[in-house]
Amino acid sequence: MTAAIDARVRRERLAVAAEDRRRRTAGRRAARLLGYAVLIVAAAALLAPFFWMLMSSLKSSNEVFSVPIRWIPETFVWSNYVDIWTRSGMLTWLRNTMVLSVVVTFLQVLTGSFAAYGFARTRFPGRNVLFLLYVGTIAVPWQSYMIPQFILLSKLQVSNTLWSIILLQAFGAFGVFLMKQFYESVPEELSEAARIDGLSEYGIWRRIMLPLSIPALASLTLLTFVNTWNDYLGPLIYLRDPQLWTIQLGLKNFVSNLYDTNYALLFAGLTLSVIPIALIFVLGQRFFVEGLATSGLKG
Amino acid sequence: MEVALTTVTAAPPHSAKPPPRRQMRLPVRNALVGWSFILPNFLGFAALTLVPVLVLFYMSFTNWNIFGGSEWIGLDNFRRLLGDGSFRIAVVNTLYYSALHIPLTIACSLGLALVLNNKLRGAAFFRTAAFFPYITSIVAIAVVWNLMFSPDYGPINQVLHLVGVENPPGWLTSTTWSMPAVVIVSTWRDMGYYMILFLAGLQAVPRELHEAARVDGASTVQRFFNVTLPCLRPTTFFVTVIITISSFKIFDLILVMTDGGPGQSTLVLSQFIFRKGFEENQFGYASSAAVALFLMCIAVTAAQFLWNKKRSS
Repeated sequence: MTAAIDARVRRERLAVAAEDRRRRTAGRRAARLLGYAVLIVAAAALLAPFFWMLMSSLKSSNEVFSVPIRWIPETFVWSNYVDIWTRSGMLTWLRNTMVLSVVVTFLQVLTGSFAAYGFARTRFPGRNVLFLLYVGTIAVPWQSYMIPQFILLSKLQVSNTLWSIILLQAFGAFGVFLMKQFYESVPEELSEAARIDGLSEYGIWRRIMLPLSIPALASLTLLTFVNTWNDYLGPLIYLRDPQLWTIQLGLKNFVSNLYDTNYALLFAGLTLSVIPIALIFVLGQRFFVEGLATSGLKG
Repeated sequence: MEVALTTVTAAPPHSAKPPPRRQMRLPVRNALVGWSFILPNFLGFAALTLVPVLVLFYMSFTNWNIFGGSEWIGLDNFRRLLGDGSFRIAVVNTLYYSALHIPLTIACSLGLALVLNNKLRGAAFFRTAAFFPYITSIVAIAVVWNLMFSPDYGPINQVLHLVGVENPPGWLTSTTWSMPAVVIVSTWRDMGYYMILFLAGLQAVPRELHEAARVDGASTVQRFFNVTLPCLRPTTFFVTVIITISSFKIFDLILVMTDGGPGQSTLVLSQFIFRKGFEENQFGYASSAAVALFLMCIAVTAAQFLWNKKRSS
């Protein structure tokens, strides 16, 4: 008697559970479909401007603003990519940008990882206060002290030279944070063992920490490079001489002086300025994401 | 290092012989080694960040100009700021921009992160696509969007026409729509970055909590508000601080997209500083506006920290 009731109750419970599961999977499928719809729309919105830029760079100058809008060019005008080199200072701009990006990245990675080791692994009075000073600058926007900085660098006679941008970008607190974060995750026993074997602190940094921190160094390198490549305000304030312009400054001036309104040519220049960054990003995507997710800041 | 320190203090104080030199100098040596690591970066950091910040405060009390003549004029600059109509517009516009940009960006990036957290196919591709605007140069972004916003020929208004909008806004040519247009672009640009931060936070939410809430019969919405959001608080806090500071200092995008116009409809605080300083060479006066920006950022960060502390205790 009781056994029969038990069995019935169990059967009913199973039925309810199955029904519940069915409802849940149906709901989940609907949610997934909705998720895909959101992603597709968002991806389209995120990528449309790039698509339009790329396609416009291959149009003739009249076709850029055709009504109704034409997304794909009627004839592909590849010559835009040849003309932009002769009709603008692209070559000079690219050279300056390249020099700046490489030098700044090198200095930032070197001094940043060196100082980070000091903060992470040496102990001396005042160290924490010093680090707090570094942390405090997160909340201080560069725009608020750009004027005194400009006066200082002008007094040092470096404004209107590439040195100004190098000094401006190379000693940021960002590299110190990122590397300190990483060094603190390296087990202390490793350095302790090396210390017992007679390695100096510099030796530990050079032979143990640097090789171990290659992923973090890659993040810092890529982020600094891209940041310097894209910087607009620094060059705008410091580099007055057109021979010193970076690609961003050059293209911005190219827009302002575009009397014949050949926007197709401009788009070709913009595409060329974005391509190196796109390549770097696609190849080193992992390092970008990890670098920004662990340190959570930029510039 | 600990060991070395205890040996030094454990040395008998009344001993006639001085302790061996090497041990005596260990803390000094440690400090020297530590400083030698930090110094190369610190010299640059001090000269280019700390000193300028200190000088900024001094300058804001002087009438420093292009000739370098700097007379102490006390609070005159600040008094002048209060009466300056452009400054007031710049502050209001900065706050207006922040009020639109902060919630919109948080909503979009959190929403996308929630969708992506469901392990959908193509998530990796989407992450790349979403992040791409963030690493694209401001000049390329501004120029492309400027032309897309073009009222008569730009793709945006053409698409709006297609879907039946009779009178699409004039965007960057209209004083009402210029700021929303800038906000759209900056949200489009920043979304992917904050999405990554949120995604990292979401992946740290323990699955068991969700399971337990589901067993207790909590709906998806209830689980979002009672499980996800509380667990996500450290991330949300961090994102809010960063996004607020970056909104207060918004500059380059506006400079390239609208240059503060039309009229003064998109004039923001950083641009006011830039104009007074680098275009009109009133370095002292510009510094006082810069002090205002500095204080705004510090104050809001401190307030957020206090609020977070209160909430988590």
